[in-house]
Amino acid sequence: MTAAPRARELGLTGCHTCGLACAAEHARCPRCDSRLHARKPDSLARCWAFLIAALIFYIPSNVLPVMYTSMLGRGEASTILHGVVEFWKAGSWDIALLIFIASVAVPSTKFLVLAALLVSARRRSAWARLQRSRLYRFVELIGYWSMLDVVVVALVCALIQFHLLGTAEPRLGIVFFGLVVVLTMLAAMSFDPRLIWDGDEE
Amino acid sequence: MSDEDVSAAAPPPLPPVSVVRRGRWSAGLIWLVPVVAALIGIGMVIHNWASEGPVIEISFITAEGLEAGKTQVKYKEVVIGLVDSIRLAGDNTHVVVRVNLSKDAAGFATADARYWVVRPRFGTSGVSGIGTLLSGAYIGADNGESHEVKKSFIGLERPPAVIHGSPGKRFTLLANDIGSLDIGSPVYYRRIQVGRLVSYELDRDGRQMHVDIFVDAPYDRFVTVSSRFWNASGVDLNLDAGGLKLNTQSLATVVAGGLAFATPPGPRDTAPAADNAQFTLFDDMQGAFAPPDGEPEYLQMRFEQSLRGLSVGAQVDFRGIVVGKVASVRLDYDVDKQAFPLIVGVVIYPQRFGRAGEKIAQLVPRGSDDDNARLAHLIEPMVARGLRAQARTGNLLTGQLYIALDFLPNATKIAFDPAARPVELPTTPGSFDRLQEQMTGIVEKIDKLPLEAIGRHLDSTIAQLDKALRQVNEATLPQFNATLAGAQGTLGSAQKAISTDAPLQQNLAQTLAEMQRAARSLRALTDYLGIHPESLLRGKPADPALRDAPEKDAKGNKP
Repeated sequence: MTAAPRARELGLTGCHTCGLACAAEHARCPRCDSRLHARKPDSLARCWAFLIAALIFYIPSNVLPVMYTSMLGRGEASTILHGVVEFWKAGSWDIALLIFIASVAVPSTKFLVLAALLVSARRRSAWARLQRSRLYRFVELIGYWSMLDVVVVALVCALIQFHLLGTAEPRLGIVFFGLVVVLTMLAAMSFDPRLIWDGDEE
Repeated sequence: MSDEDVSAAAPPPLPPVSVVRRGRWSAGLIWLVPVVAALIGIGMVIHNWASEGPVIEISFITAEGLEAGKTQVKYKEVVIGLVDSIRLAGDNTHVVVRVNLSKDAAGFATADARYWVVRPRFGTSGVSGIGTLLSGAYIGADNGESHEVKKSFIGLERPPAVIHGSPGKRFTLLANDIGSLDIGSPVYYRRIQVGRLVSYELDRDGRQMHVDIFVDAPYDRFVTVSSRFWNASGVDLNLDAGGLKLNTQSLATVVAGGLAFATPPGPRDTAPAADNAQFTLFDDMQGAFAPPDGEPEYLQMRFEQSLRGLSVGAQVDFRGIVVGKVASVRLDYDVDKQAFPLIVGVVIYPQRFGRAGEKIAQLVPRGSDDDNARLAHLIEPMVARGLRAQARTGNLLTGQLYIALDFLPNATKIAFDPAARPVELPTTPGSFDRLQEQMTGIVEKIDKLPLEAIGRHLDSTIAQLDKALRQVNEATLPQFNATLAGAQGTLGSAQKAISTDAPLQQNLAQTLAEMQRAARSLRALTDYLGIHPESLLRGKPADPALRDAPEKDAKGNKP
């Protein structure tokens, strides 16, 4: 497919940290002393483990309330989806859409994309490799923004503290949501995109 | 795996074993993450399942203010449950609210638990649930003693007046009517609120109200066995034969109504009343403090005259003591006389007669069971002695009447029918009526006078008089003037004649002196003759020497 030789063919391993091309027999980078791997170690297993853990935590993060707001004595604990519905009903469809994308669409997309990448990498499938690696970059990118909900809850709870008039307190759901985000990011990090191309030699 | 193969395939100058071993170890270790996640998840599910309390259903008339998933169930402001769903009952007459109670509130799913919706209420007795104005309604709960599990409840439409376990006592009052009282109406003792009305219901035959009240501790000990309760509702404006009376308990009761109680003054049994004791609810304080009336007796009276101003409830008075009240005033028709007599039914309380009543009651043989017969037996001799009923005016200003019982010594004899039921007491027209009758008679007589004829006569008489007077003026008066002038002249000459220096006067004085002298000598003569009557025949004796001297002296001085 390409004329350029592979690192493995040349007996080289790229350092993850400083990018130095090292001889494959080195266990550690001679320059920065970080461990050398031809591929990320246990990439698929780690990715699966994190993904499954994230999926498990995704259930309580949606079922449990993420925030308790009390306005003028009337308290209410709301889940993420409940908040979306509330905003939608209140006419703020833009905010509803934003929350929905950040809290539901993005994590779900990440689950699906990562699962698809993992399955295809495991099968060394040659199908749509370029698109798959684009998908991976996309997942990496949106991973930074998935904490939006957590940040919103943290901000709101820190700002709205007017005692009787209104208070907002975080609830357990947001912890799980944060865990989901962290775990999906870890999953995305532990996935080695080079695995997409590994079936290429044949 | 592929990366392991790669590292294994590479010839290891540095110990590759550690890399491989570490990789395997971490490869196994990484699966702890989802396991821990799963454990946490399962743990939460178990915790949730374990902390789930009973699910109950409460039916309300309306679900106003209630929201599924939001409305809380509170007991003493502590959240003990959450409304899960609200649906209409099958026949659409009410709503069924499904509530998830928390685990520790399982005691609220018992038979005598009560539920009601707390929402802002602006009642006459105050404002309640103001907190819910902003926070929204919630369901209030109260549990009882029962341990019998129950899952379906009928919600109260109003908050209960007393929460279970409040210190205090409950009492039942028997009342004729509820007046302006309502659930939650305050109970006052010396004008401070000490309790409230909890519930009321009609008894089975619909004759009396059973009013349940709750008196808070420590005031409940002021309810003694001899306490009296009365309805202190609103303004007690009383316009009767006694005049105008206005009584209020407090400003709040004017609007909201209320009850009051007190122990009448005097030596009383002051033992605190037992829980659930029964009392009578009187209409007013006077009624409450009055001595007990005992069993009433019914009497009937028949009045021939109008009884305008006699109202039901008017007093029946015996020598100034109110002994009963008018129970009914009905119109009757007397076929024989073609008259419309009024039949007045009165209630007499024999106990109000005090000692008199007791003494009279002893006179009556106890044998007969029939109260009416006893009463008739008792009244018959009194009627014979002149006991009559009269409708008298109690208040001239308002014209209110009352019934007075009294002995009229000159009452006309009336046949008393002891068999009449109820006993009928003969009546006599009231004093005011008699006065009215007499006045009417006088007016009638005046009416009968031939006023017109008199007037006409008077008119002609006056005309004649006028004529006569004119005549007097024209003819008689000038003559009269002349006469007067003549008389004046006559009087002047008379005055001249009788003046002191007039000759006539002087002559008269002399004549009178002469006459006096003559009279004196005549007296001397008669005296002498009285002593010497013989001198009439013989003449004066010759020896005057001894006797004449003084006589001569006397006689000689006088002339």
